Amino acid sequence: MLSKMVRTVANQLIVFIVIFGLYVIAHGQVTPGGGFQGGAVIVSGVVMLLVAFNSKELKKSLRERTLSIMESTGALIFAALAFAGIGTAFFYNLLVGTPIFGHVPPTGANPGDIWTGGVVPLMNLAVGIKVVAGLSAVVLAMALFSSGEEVEE
Amino acid sequence: MEQMPLNFPFLAAALLVGIAFFIIIFKRNLIKLIMGIAMMASGVNLFLVALGYRAGGNAPIYTDVPPGPMVFPVPQALTLTSIVISVAVLALMLTMVIRIYRHTGSLDSEKSRRMKG
Amino acid sequence: MRKVVGLIAFLILLGFLVWGVLLIHPFGYPSPAYMDDYIIENAQEETGNNNVVASVVFDYRGFDTLGEATILFTAVTGVLLVLRTLKRKEDGS
Repeated sequence: MLSKMVRTVANQLIVFIVIFGLYVIAHGQVTPGGGFQGGAVIVSGVVMLLVAFNSKELKKSLRERTLSIMESTGALIFAALAFAGIGTAFFYNLLVGTPIFGHVPPTGANPGDIWTGGVVPLMNLAVGIKVVAGLSAVVLAMALFSSGEEVEE
Repeated sequence: MEQMPLNFPFLAAALLVGIAFFIIIFKRNLIKLIMGIAMMASGVNLFLVALGYRAGGNAPIYTDVPPGPMVFPVPQALTLTSIVISVAVLALMLTMVIRIYRHTGSLDSEKSRRMKG
Repeated sequence: MRKVVGLIAFLILLGFLVWGVLLIHPFGYPSPAYMDDYIIENAQEETGNNNVVASVVFDYRGFDTLGEATILFTAVTGVLLVLRTLKRKEDGS
């Protein structure tokens, strides 16, 4: 547990880091970025909280059962979206042209439009949730083991 | 744009892989071995990205792109997958080192060679 | 003995690396690739994305991303399995 100044600054900075990570995940089809990159940004914010506070304090907010349910949900949604277009092929992009994420952008250089992409933005969200839950569980388990605690189920 | 003398990006990737191979063969500390494996992964990723570059090309994204040719997008997608896989394998290796240190008390790879009961 | 074998293997690998750097194509002028040219021209109509790399990762080669998600899941499960200390009950149950 570091001094009071470090704890206060970490409490204020975590909001901006999470918002920036969600921005990188959500704009995956317009700018460089996507699911894996935005998930890594949010995990670096969680590591900053782990350094500022004690690992026993952080265990009360991030229980392992919640993280496990989040990771399994992300993987199941990804697999369900892959099986949705099984009528034509595996991984068929079936939302191009329909009113959900279905605009087709004009060919060539253009200012970007978020409401495009088909199945890809939903897959970005599922992979982002999976990466955040998985990597923060790994970091929390390593910190708890090194300080002599017991990792519960 | 004239040609680069001596192919500098490929030379840097070969240097990284060569130094990492030297570390893996000749060092005995476990943490240094893991650092050597991570360095070899970085060298391979750099080589993959440098394979698909076209002279004077832009990034393969159509939002406000200046006119000109684009670089190849497929090696960049393969490098993304490779980076995530190397992170997963590195996390598993570090937990094994934590368990070995808790069990034997030293980080030397020569002291934990024989399998005891 | 072990150091001599290691030195010979390291010198052979160094020879292969130097030979590869001298014989590769000059940086910036690769051989023509027909798959990448097809993907660059037709990715905006077929998938509706502006980002060609995201459409390659999730649409044209989505099977590799499925395998990578499985590897991430397996690694997280393996780490949480190794770092576990069970409470030993004193009464033999």
